[in-house]
Amino acid sequence: MNRLRWRKGVNAFWTMMSGAAVLAAVLPLASLLWLVISHGAPGLTPGFFTSLPTPVGEPGGGVGNAIVGTFFMVGIASLLALPVGIGAGIFLAEKGDGKLGSVVRFTSEVLSGVPSIVIGIVAYGLVVARMKHFSALAGGVALALLMVPSLARSTEEFIRLVPSALREASLALGVPAWKTSLRVILRTAMGGIVTAVLLAVARAAGETAPLLFTALNNQYWNTDPLQPTASLTVQIYNYAISPYEDWHQKAWTAALVLLLLVGLLNFAARFLSRNRLQGAPR
Amino acid sequence: MAIPVQARSGNVGDRTWAWVTAIFGGLLLVVAGLILLELGRVAAPAWSHIGIVKFLFSSDWDPVQEKFGALPFIYGTLVTSAVALAIALPVSVGLALFLSEMGPRSLRTPVAYAIEVLAAIPSVIYGLWGLFVMVPWLRSPVEPFLAKTLGFLPFFQGPPIGLGYLAAGVILALMILPTVASVTIEVLKTVPPALKEGALALGATRWESIRIAVLPYARPGIIGASLLGLGRALGETMAVTMVIGNSPEIHASLFAPGYTLPAVIANEFAEATGDVHVGALAALGLVLFGITLILNAIARILVEAVARGPRGARA
Repeated sequence: MNRLRWRKGVNAFWTMMSGAAVLAAVLPLASLLWLVISHGAPGLTPGFFTSLPTPVGEPGGGVGNAIVGTFFMVGIASLLALPVGIGAGIFLAEKGDGKLGSVVRFTSEVLSGVPSIVIGIVAYGLVVARMKHFSALAGGVALALLMVPSLARSTEEFIRLVPSALREASLALGVPAWKTSLRVILRTAMGGIVTAVLLAVARAAGETAPLLFTALNNQYWNTDPLQPTASLTVQIYNYAISPYEDWHQKAWTAALVLLLLVGLLNFAARFLSRNRLQGAPR
Repeated sequence: MAIPVQARSGNVGDRTWAWVTAIFGGLLLVVAGLILLELGRVAAPAWSHIGIVKFLFSSDWDPVQEKFGALPFIYGTLVTSAVALAIALPVSVGLALFLSEMGPRSLRTPVAYAIEVLAAIPSVIYGLWGLFVMVPWLRSPVEPFLAKTLGFLPFFQGPPIGLGYLAAGVILALMILPTVASVTIEVLKTVPPALKEGALALGATRWESIRIAVLPYARPGIIGASLLGLGRALGETMAVTMVIGNSPEIHASLFAPGYTLPAVIANEFAEATGDVHVGALAALGLVLFGITLILNAIARILVEAVARGPRGARA
């Protein structure tokens, strides 16, 4: 009987340890979210979204150009990455069971493990080194290279969720296979593909490392793809590592803006894909 | 009667569709090739100027005098990732067990949701939090406490600066936690219920059934999950750059400031002086690329071995 009590005690101990593990993960998260909100909120004025950064000590000023820059570069990246990423996903889901399919799948898994800073070097070589100029285009290329593998993988997953009965029914009615793919399978999977796109865009918007030496930064408005461009993430980084108190304050507020943006994208993705798939893991 | 299916498989539309999708698949391979080629091209000046052996095993990094030794960065990357994994692995396994076996059902969904939020937060925000919240916390209660209790070990000596290997390791642990935990959950799901039920039927407590039946079966998969997390930790840039202290030296103490491969690339690339410096930084990127590639491949093989079944369990 004593032995049983001991074993039950051990069981209770490990149950509590698993609870402790939950606390170890959730407490830092709560601290992070709370501090970003509480430090960031006071600076969140309309001007913060619309004005240019100001020098140290000068009141006011915002990150308007950085917000525009982030959208601009994510836009360039989407233009480049969506066709390739979604196309590869369609290939993997529809024709990916052969030899080429397994090679492509393996490659996209390998690519999704490549650190984003390494992708930054690649974009530097492709664009900056050739044009001798830091530019929004280079930043967009870097983000695009990051988006392609994750897009391909999640597009494939979402298409594969379409019940095969739909395909069989369509084929049985005499619809050609290609038309079945386009009109039945892809149309059914459309919500999932939009989710995949939103998740990829959310990740790209939060990337800093590959922009540091491709898009660099810019203190002014810029919509020329061949000029250096500010981004929300690089701006947060620069503000955070500066020695000035009021820039730290701006870093928190910019972080809150970024968190809201990324949160909104993730929420939209989740909203579209509920009942379909728990958001695709990284 | 004709054979409609065969006739149709020769259909122009179907053949075109097959080609179009194959071209899209091929494009992804082209992208991958481009990444490798370009990385090699940017790094090329470094190899001819420095030589691989000297590059990898020298610890002298002085771009002004064109001395490029990668050792402090490789060391820093490995140490911070090891610290991260040492913290993240037990926490992740605990989390995964909470979510799949032990936790009250009403708590599982919110906790799972919190883990997904953890995964979605951008790296630079972790860095911001790390710099202004975690580093001061490490500097004042944590590091002096570790020095007092475990100070006889060489890892916990020296002044408690806050910025350093330990700070980078802790923030990395938090960042790789969602990866390791979610893969571990997937692995736990593949454990046949019969094993666990058998243990329970023989009178095992819940923890005993986990220890006897679940964990041994899932072990290769959990190792795979940690390697995937390790791969993420090695390449993580911004948060580490902000809390590691950025000093290209090798220290035994975890309290000391260090440097990692991604951090030095992030800090020096934009202002690199000349082709050799750029090349050396790209070569660091290539080293990083190589390490993560190998780790990811091993991790995938291990995770899939568990999914395939009992052969993996015995390994």
